[in-house]
Amino acid sequence: MDKNRRNFLKVAGISTLAGLGGTAVVDRLVGGTSLAQAAADSGHDVDQAKGAQGHGEIPSSSGNRYGMIIDIKKFQQDPSLGEKAVQACHSVHNVPQFPDKKDEIKWIWMTNFENAFPTSSNPYRDEATAKHQLPILCNHCDQPPCVRACPTKATFKNKDGIIMMDYHRCIGCRFCMAACPYGSRSFNWRDPEAFVKNANHVYPRRTRGVVEKCNFCDERVGAGKQPACVEACGESKAIVFGNLNDPDSEIRKMLKENHTIQRNPALGTIPSVFYIV
Amino acid sequence: MFEKALKGNNYYWMWLAFLGFFIAIAAVCYLRQYFYGLGLTGMSRDVSWGLYISQFTFLVGVAAGGVMLVLPYYIHDYKAFGRITILGEFLAISALLMCLMFIMADLGQPLRGLNVMLYPTPGSMLFWDMCVLWGYLILNALCGWVILTAERKGVHPPKWIYFFVYLSIPFAFSIHTVTAMLYCGLPGRHFWLSAIIAPRFLASAFAAGPALIVVIALILKRVANFDAGKEALNKMVTIIIYAALANMFFVGLEFFVGFYSNIPGHMHTLQYLFFGLEHHGHVYNNLVPFMWGFIALFLVGISLLIHPYTRKQSDLWLGIGCASIFFAFWLDKGIGFVLGGFVPTPTEEIVEYYPTINELFITIGIWATGFFILTVLYKIAISVEHEIEA
Repeated sequence: MDKNRRNFLKVAGISTLAGLGGTAVVDRLVGGTSLAQAAADSGHDVDQAKGAQGHGEIPSSSGNRYGMIIDIKKFQQDPSLGEKAVQACHSVHNVPQFPDKKDEIKWIWMTNFENAFPTSSNPYRDEATAKHQLPILCNHCDQPPCVRACPTKATFKNKDGIIMMDYHRCIGCRFCMAACPYGSRSFNWRDPEAFVKNANHVYPRRTRGVVEKCNFCDERVGAGKQPACVEACGESKAIVFGNLNDPDSEIRKMLKENHTIQRNPALGTIPSVFYIV
Repeated sequence: MFEKALKGNNYYWMWLAFLGFFIAIAAVCYLRQYFYGLGLTGMSRDVSWGLYISQFTFLVGVAAGGVMLVLPYYIHDYKAFGRITILGEFLAISALLMCLMFIMADLGQPLRGLNVMLYPTPGSMLFWDMCVLWGYLILNALCGWVILTAERKGVHPPKWIYFFVYLSIPFAFSIHTVTAMLYCGLPGRHFWLSAIIAPRFLASAFAAGPALIVVIALILKRVANFDAGKEALNKMVTIIIYAALANMFFVGLEFFVGFYSNIPGHMHTLQYLFFGLEHHGHVYNNLVPFMWGFIALFLVGISLLIHPYTRKQSDLWLGIGCASIFFAFWLDKGIGFVLGGFVPTPTEEIVEYYPTINELFITIGIWATGFFILTVLYKIAISVEHEIEA
């Protein structure tokens, strides 16, 4: 009996020591979405602290942080713009079109105001809002829940703020889809190859069993071009893309001149997509 | 000791063949899914986890439930559990193997599963879930096997094994806590975003796991001449009653928070699960029968268990009571909790999930595989017991 108790005390002591060491682990868990990135970017911890204070804070990471402004009024004035933007994105990125809605994959799509902003809709909507749709896409959050959830770092945050997917590392657990509070992610439920018309050979097609979503046209932006949806809207300026960290950028000027809203900012994800209502 | 599993009467082989039949069907169904993709299931981009993950979640609880035998025996020196602790440990092993199979069945790229270890990501709860599930599996296999071997040889188990026995206790709590954290740390899913999820998971696990063990013990008494002992069963029923009541208390608290605060997001899923949710003139309610089945079975089970006659005098009614509790909490956690969490979607749409036949057969087959492993393990354990007695 006594020996058992001694054994137990030994175990309890060791567990306590392990627990003390564990707090360091917890600190890192809470602190960073990606340890590798935290190490690479010394200013990162400061961002985290600021982001945690409230959704009114401006994240202050160094370098570029890409963002987007969507002018809902422009989409109401010209209802064809939405279709053009969605088409452009989906054809550039080889997004398959399935006949069955259950298999659906979408990167950017048109939806009603109350679906995009469920927390800020009311029953007495103005006619234009009630009648027209607006585009929604991945918000490229500064504090992305999907990146936090991914068990393999297959989805990660680039230094320029874009939330990327590594289609070759994704194991298809779909934890990121449960984690995304905006419903921005899709899964390849079956082989998409046969459902991609006029494949764009510059951008890879996906295999079945991996998650995909909008990548802010990382491949085009890197080559000095505008995202496909922005380009599709032409001169209308219905969608404007730019660097949120550059105070002289067009997007920052527009943010200064217009009242903008974000999708469900109360969740603390700090979206990079803004809407002019 | 494996040779013990190779000698059995006709019923033993018929039971294994019966399970083998479903395993074979599931193997074919899984091959179909493997070559086509998860599109063969009822899941979609809106309900992105289905039966596989919900079964996984429930079975983690069954595995954790085994600790309700280990803890009283090893910490409180409650001798009556001596004979059946091994049942708890072996149940944990087979439940965990089922969990791992359900995870593999759910992966879009199963061959890349090792990426979780090749690119460890401590920020992801799934990484930690893998760590604790494997840890608990290895601990149970180690402890169960070493202690059974020692019993067979008629010697005391080696002292070092007690380190691992004690270690397995916090591990049991951790597997279900971390599994709850898969859900309760996600912003924007109101039904899951609740601090009571982990305690609720543990409570229902500590009712469902022991309930299954009681049912199995009653069956073993008839078919394998193995008596767990009246005292042990009584104590387990007490544990089941308190744990089951705790779970229902937590469910009630969820209702209070949702409906008294009157916040739509906190009510929607509960409405959907229990009453049906009206949306654009259509009422969505495909999970309502399951949830009222959960309530009804709980009431049946708890009434049978708290009544002294059924608990103490009748094995049949005791078995029915425990089975009711087990199925009630399976409906609650193995159906409602995971599937309900996806309704409504983040864009306030409602998509209902219906599993496909292929998916159902894979699910049944994994359960059958688990019970196959459980049967073989229990056969070994009971043969050893009989050998010692003889």
